[in-house]
Amino acid sequence: MFIRVTLSLLEGFSTTCLIFVLTLVMSLPLGLIISFGSMSRFTPLRWLTKVFVWIIRGTPLMLQIITVFYVPGLLFDTPVKSRMTALLIAFVINYAAYFSEIYRGGIESIPKGQYEAGQVLGMTKTQIFFKVVLLQIIKRILPPMSNEIITLVKDTSLARIIAVGELIRAAQDYVTIGYIWPLFYTGVFYLIFCGVLTLIFGYLEKKLDYYKG
Amino acid sequence: MPILEVQELEKCYGKTPVLKGINFSLNKGEVLSIIGSSGSGKTTLLRCINFLETAEKGRILVNGKTIFDADVEKPHTLEEKRQNQLMMGLVFQSFNLFPQYNVLENVSLAVKLLAKSRPGFKQNKKQIYAQIEEDARAIIDRVGLSDKLENYPCELSGGQQQRVAIARALALNPQILCFDEPTSALDPELTGEVLSVIRDLAKEHITMIIVTHEMSFAHDVSDRVIFMDDGIIAEEGAPDILFKAPKTERLRAFLSTVLSR
Repeated sequence: MFIRVTLSLLEGFSTTCLIFVLTLVMSLPLGLIISFGSMSRFTPLRWLTKVFVWIIRGTPLMLQIITVFYVPGLLFDTPVKSRMTALLIAFVINYAAYFSEIYRGGIESIPKGQYEAGQVLGMTKTQIFFKVVLLQIIKRILPPMSNEIITLVKDTSLARIIAVGELIRAAQDYVTIGYIWPLFYTGVFYLIFCGVLTLIFGYLEKKLDYYKG
Repeated sequence: MPILEVQELEKCYGKTPVLKGINFSLNKGEVLSIIGSSGSGKTTLLRCINFLETAEKGRILVNGKTIFDADVEKPHTLEEKRQNQLMMGLVFQSFNLFPQYNVLENVSLAVKLLAKSRPGFKQNKKQIYAQIEEDARAIIDRVGLSDKLENYPCELSGGQQQRVAIARALALNPQILCFDEPTSALDPELTGEVLSVIRDLAKEHITMIIVTHEMSFAHDVSDRVIFMDDGIIAEEGAPDILFKAPKTERLRAFLSTVLSR
């Protein structure tokens, strides 16, 4: 029984991992684009981005998932075909909004003197970004980023509300036939996953610890 | 022909005029100090000459060639601005070293990036980089930090950091080296080592503009001193004359306050 449960939880867990990886791969770059929007000197774009981030951060992710999945069908009579696609759209947009604020905080925390030093040394804007400030930004955003990414691991459980078969959903299939313990057993999977991530981020932070500032 | 000519330079921050028509010239090998109370426009002038700020009026000529003219309709392209900035070197009050690079990397980074646009860079990359590092070591030796090549800025004292910043500016071989209050962020016991590096550069006849509050240093090192007050050059002359026999009441008042400290 234990092995059977473990195997089917592992199957759910593979979906959890898929949601996690795909969300990260897409929302990390999208977040950067949004952060450029929120720092734009073109006021309408800046405001548009700020309103967008406010809406995304101001409503529950669960509501956003439901909206993406059901609203196209209700409004335009074109139901979303793939549950997974709908789910990923909601996750990517939601996490990109949070990441964009972390990026913005990191970029704005770099002292102006770093850019000016690059300028008077005749560097181009691209060189200043990649050779001077990028690593400093990464060092500064690593702690809030790891926080957010660890939250994402657990947020994947929201997928079950539109019946995507992730880890919690796999355990609940057992609850319906009278076994409750598999549900608690899922906690072990999340803990191990987050534990590994914590170690990775700890290692990265340590790697960047060779300098201060 | 002067190496640098600044003509009728004007600059406002919002509605506050900071530079109200600055004229001066500088000869090759000359050391010029700019003194004056805070808010008199010294730093702004230096930033305009280094194109960190854009003046609203006036012209800047280097070796007789106009490199900046506020009246020209066509704004300067980023590339032109970059080329202009390469003629100048600037040492900041707050050092602004790159924290993630060690001393050698801080000094050689910009030179290496610049070398990428040299013809034949790809074929000779190794030799070019080796040459750049050798030159960087020599410059770091000049500021007396040969034993700190592998150290990061956070491991250095303020005075050592500022000497690295001087080496970094020297590495690009600028026509004019500018200093913006190079010792103002330092503890008093550390100013000496930075000032002595600048004195050595003066002996080598490197053309320099130094904004400073160190009056005795300005007196010793300069060929000429400019006293700025409220956005204009109130007095200008050889240090002996300017410090010993100030003509204007403003300079007399300024000197008596700073020297009595």
